[in-house]
Amino acid sequence: MSSPEKWTHPGPDAAPATAAKPTAEQVIAGLRATDEGGADLVQLLTPEGERVQHPDFDIDITAEELRGLYRDMVLVRRVDREANALQRKGELGIWVPLLGQEAAQIGAGRAMRPEDMAFPSYREHGIAWTRGVKPTDLLGIFRGTDNGTWDPVETRFHPYTIVIGNQVLNATGYAMGQKFDGKVGDADGEATICFFGDGATSQGDVHEGFVWAAVYDAPLVFFCQNNQWAISEPTERQSRLPLYQRARGYGFPGIRVDGNDVLATLAVTRWALEECRQGNGPILIEAFTYRMDAHTTSDDPSRYRLSDELELWKLKDPIERVKVHLVKQQWADQAFFESVEAEAEQIAIELRDYCVNLPDPPAGRIFSEVYAEGNHVLEAQRDEFLAYHAGFAGGEH
Amino acid sequence: MAAPTMDRTTSAAPAAVQTLTIAKALNNGLRASMEANPKVIVMGEDVGKLGGVFRITDGLQKDFGEQRVLDTPLAESGIIGTAVGLAIRGYRPVCEIQFDGFIFPGFDQIVSQVAKLHFRTQGRLKVPMVIRVPFGGGIGAVEHHSESPESYFAHTAGLKVVACSNPADAYWMIQQAIDCDDPVLFFEPKRRYYEKGEVDTTAAPGPLFASRTLRTGRDVTLVTYGPMVRTSLEAAAAAEEEGRSLEVVDLRSLSPLDLAPVYESVRRTGRLVVVTEAPSESSISSEIAAKVQQECFYSLQAPVLRVTGFDTPYPPSKLEEEFLPDLDRVLHAVDRSLAW
Repeated sequence: MSSPEKWTHPGPDAAPATAAKPTAEQVIAGLRATDEGGADLVQLLTPEGERVQHPDFDIDITAEELRGLYRDMVLVRRVDREANALQRKGELGIWVPLLGQEAAQIGAGRAMRPEDMAFPSYREHGIAWTRGVKPTDLLGIFRGTDNGTWDPVETRFHPYTIVIGNQVLNATGYAMGQKFDGKVGDADGEATICFFGDGATSQGDVHEGFVWAAVYDAPLVFFCQNNQWAISEPTERQSRLPLYQRARGYGFPGIRVDGNDVLATLAVTRWALEECRQGNGPILIEAFTYRMDAHTTSDDPSRYRLSDELELWKLKDPIERVKVHLVKQQWADQAFFESVEAEAEQIAIELRDYCVNLPDPPAGRIFSEVYAEGNHVLEAQRDEFLAYHAGFAGGEH
Repeated sequence: MAAPTMDRTTSAAPAAVQTLTIAKALNNGLRASMEANPKVIVMGEDVGKLGGVFRITDGLQKDFGEQRVLDTPLAESGIIGTAVGLAIRGYRPVCEIQFDGFIFPGFDQIVSQVAKLHFRTQGRLKVPMVIRVPFGGGIGAVEHHSESPESYFAHTAGLKVVACSNPADAYWMIQQAIDCDDPVLFFEPKRRYYEKGEVDTTAAPGPLFASRTLRTGRDVTLVTYGPMVRTSLEAAAAAEEEGRSLEVVDLRSLSPLDLAPVYESVRRTGRLVVVTEAPSESSISSEIAAKVQQECFYSLQAPVLRVTGFDTPYPPSKLEEEFLPDLDRVLHAVDRSLAW
């Protein structure tokens, strides 16, 4: 028999859900030690823009590729800021900002192949960008003209899922289908990647997804963006253990990557997807990042976190470090940065114009496509409503 | 209709008309669908080697393999949620929920994803899946094994809900549900699983989402579905001995409801009794009462009466005979209707 001590709870020295345990001074200051990812964090580009080596993961990146990643992140941030502003002007009912998570999403998104499938939560505007979803197609949901504009079959980007964690099971089933279809096991294989947050890891559906993907060897990358906050609740409220370590209990690898480092995120996700295509899935990636803005435009972070925490994370900005590196390497000149800014401005203008001109859906749209094969009861209800509605035509409704 | 289907004669046994239990008819129906379409897969707890706790899937894994008949981990949300992903991928999953009272861990996936994906994507994603649910009581079981949760699903836009009551319907309706491009909740009357009836595997079936008049009568209309169909037919037979002529309509489809035959019947009889095992409040029986008073207002000779399970949790089994509508309670309601 083992000694009873072996089975005691982890002591205060065990790694907490975030990285380092806050010091007494930090606790007094109300500051959580979220800015350090811990010893296992995979990082290839430091916040200061220095390339560093990692024993397990590396990436060959050309100047052109890095400029491309930079452009992606700047444009996606501009889309995000513009949409946020559109909400403030009353043109959108709500917006879900991705500010601060650009590297996690662009790195993961650019690791995918066209034939791979992505299942987002609802903050994945950066993934949407990499799947070829037009930024304007993100607006319908938040303006209230539809529940999802893009074609999930054509883009291989599932609709946004708002119920926390639901998409993890849907992605697991999809990945099982890829395997049943014989699309796993060689270089031409397919894989699925599923996005969810730190809060979602408490959901039963995420647990069940881990179980199912493991027992069916599904080609699925679980991509958890730990942005430190589930609305007002810190990651410590979701887990005693760092999230990536949970994978071990399910029997597959878990890796924590610097989610503000686009190179590390790209390298690790590329590796994980390839493992899955080869039949070595599933894999959990925890992208350690920070939600720099509110949960949504309806949220007020000042009620639950100190601005000092944000100031710390600003020093780890995902875009700035790439810019510094590009300049240091002389991989980009001023003209490049200006051209990206100009492109961003143009996209913002298009977004604005598109948004304010988005027409309200026509009467009767409520009844459209509720069923694939129709429903005579609903059709009778629709006809009654349309007749009622037509009674106001040209009138004073 | 996306799937190939109606040509099922090749899979029929030598005799076109066979006497089968509901359980065996379901098994044969599943087999026919799996033979007709390689994308049809069966998934659930214990559905493989064991053949399901009621043996509905008996022998299917042996013949179709572990990739088409999946013994799943023990998690209902997982069964439904992964089936959604498989359906999007092009499969036609048939999920077994072991007992009615165990469907609730999967309720979120059913209501939030299964029911809404087609609408959310304006038809770009179809979710052709069947969720089979053995339902109802009368088997002396412990708690959570005897419930009638169909109204929850009939209340949810985007789902279709059917209930079979006899072997012929079991055989055909399960195949039609699998062929349907909409998600279908398929309720099976578990206490009737081993009752026998004739199944003609060559006769073309009627439409799935349609009710059927099983017995014509002049005095009172009984509307029912699932396990209460037999109870209602027995009540009609007993009433006949007393000189009362009851018409019995088996709804079969609970969403959408096909009430045209009911309206036609009530306009003739002037009296309606709805018989369900499910509790009465805010239920399918409520819906029928509301619609019939709207459509047959001037024909009604008596208010619509309901004979249902009570609005209690399903009781311990020693009390279930008090809970379940039986022949006497149906006839009592018929008497009240006629005496109005």
